[in-house]
Amino acid sequence: MSSTRRTSGTTIAAHAILITYTLIALFPVFVILINSFKSRKAIFREPLALPNAETFSMIGYETVFNQGDFFQYFQNSMIVTVVSLTLILLFGAMAAFALAEYRFKGNTLMGLYLALGIMIPIRIGTVAILEMMVSTGLVNTLTALILVYTAQGLPLAVFILSEFMKGVSDDLKNAGRIDGLSEYKIFFRLVLPLVRPAMATVAVFNMIPIWNDLWFPLILAPAEEVKTLTLGSQVFIGQFVTDWNAVLSALSMAILPVMILYVIFSRQLIRGITSGAVK
Amino acid sequence: MATPSKSGFKWHIVVFLAPAVIVYTAVMIYPLFATLRLSFYSEVEQERIWVGLQNFATLFGDAIWSEQFWNALGNNAWFFLIHMLVQNPIGIALAAILSSPKLRFSAFYRSAIFIPTILSFVIVGFAWKLILSPIWGIAPDMLDAIGLKFLYQPWLGKEEYALTTLSLVSVWQFVGIPMMLIYAALLSIPDEILEAGECDGITGLSAFFKIKLPLILPSIGIISVLTFVANFNAFDLIYAAQGALAGPDFSTDILGTFMYRTFFGFQLQLGDPHMGSTIASAMFGIILIGVCIYLFGIQRRLRNYQF
Repeated sequence: MSSTRRTSGTTIAAHAILITYTLIALFPVFVILINSFKSRKAIFREPLALPNAETFSMIGYETVFNQGDFFQYFQNSMIVTVVSLTLILLFGAMAAFALAEYRFKGNTLMGLYLALGIMIPIRIGTVAILEMMVSTGLVNTLTALILVYTAQGLPLAVFILSEFMKGVSDDLKNAGRIDGLSEYKIFFRLVLPLVRPAMATVAVFNMIPIWNDLWFPLILAPAEEVKTLTLGSQVFIGQFVTDWNAVLSALSMAILPVMILYVIFSRQLIRGITSGAVK
Repeated sequence: MATPSKSGFKWHIVVFLAPAVIVYTAVMIYPLFATLRLSFYSEVEQERIWVGLQNFATLFGDAIWSEQFWNALGNNAWFFLIHMLVQNPIGIALAAILSSPKLRFSAFYRSAIFIPTILSFVIVGFAWKLILSPIWGIAPDMLDAIGLKFLYQPWLGKEEYALTTLSLVSVWQFVGIPMMLIYAALLSIPDEILEAGECDGITGLSAFFKIKLPLILPSIGIISVLTFVANFNAFDLIYAAQGALAGPDFSTDILGTFMYRTFFGFQLQLGDPHMGSTIASAMFGIILIGVCIYLFGIQRRLRNYQF
């Protein structure tokens, strides 16, 4: 630890700057949330006031529940995110294990090939992805989205996980081999449980971009029954653009699930970033 | 390392690699090259025919196309410049403050400042649209409160301000990422180095500029290239706030929205996958150039500073 004695002036300045920026970061979210619980008149008369007994109104949420199928959208987003994450982690860990554990011809080349996708955005290939999904009949299915997000997440997952798997002790694996465990059992029973923290990091990194993506749902799965929450709220807000109560409530409902996920996983996320996993 | 079993071909390696390689190749690498290939084709009488570089000639040579392309590219460059000049310095400054030892509540500040980053573009785009809207009046009222009401403009509706405003909204959303990465880099600087500086009387701001900043340059390089790739591939925020037409009068059009309109069509214009692919190829080229400049130009020089 540094032994500098910080003058209280510097400390106060530091806090002042941080508090100012925190307010800037949270202000829009706060305004949206408080106004979603107010009547239309109160939204315009005093936009910065908290809702009170007089101005409290749930009219916006009623519109959202009656008009939009938000439960369906939420379910679609949930399925897409959970299945994509599972596949990214499973396939990514398997490939990372192969790259970290075995010496075979083309190992380095395979690693570089898989790492290409870290820098090149998958969106560049959208035209051909859509044609492929049309020809295989996967357009307007959640499967199309799951495949795209899995492919998009794999490069970074393999990269991070193989770094971690190189750190798993060889003695442990060799002891398993002497006991007659197959390579598959060594992977699933011995190695996988040990890299769980790294898997959590990978999951958290991938979760937010998948949940929030607008591009692929818009292009590959715009149909009503497969809309994700992000696309659903975009379309809903576009239709109800003059109904401020409904728009504010829809925004709040879109904020809510991400905030819950963030509160649950923020430690993991921040630890993941600060441990240098993305260097 | 594994003791190689001499019993022939090691199938388990194939089994371990196959799922990832197949999905990645089929859904990412193959479509990428198929899209590049499509930019050399065109549709004539419902048949796909090879036209060589003609699509590129249209994109860069035809007055209507090239004007749109350069407009989008120019806007995109401005979008990137604002991120580099505003987002990254603010991120670095916040990280520097957060990393000072014995700062209380730093975990709270860190988590709170990161919140905008986890919100979707749809939420961010609309929330800011509402706040800046002249109808609702939050922005003009707040400026009024500090006596600056004359500064207020309907920023998102004016051609000369819209792009800068949206860039700043995007900066607001993503400042958490450079902050976190720089914060991590600052924490990894060994204390001995800082203490040695202290013995020589280098503390406070000069310690930051003379010791810490040179040491975190590699992280700043990574952040720059990440910002570059993300900006030249951006689409969602513009689409959520201004729609596919990137109004007013295409003043917020960037490569992502231009490609979307071309590929998918809008209003009177029919979608054209071949011109869409051509724009995608141009984007691919731009991103590749940026990544190469980083890998071969910047990163090598920055390596010298690492311990």
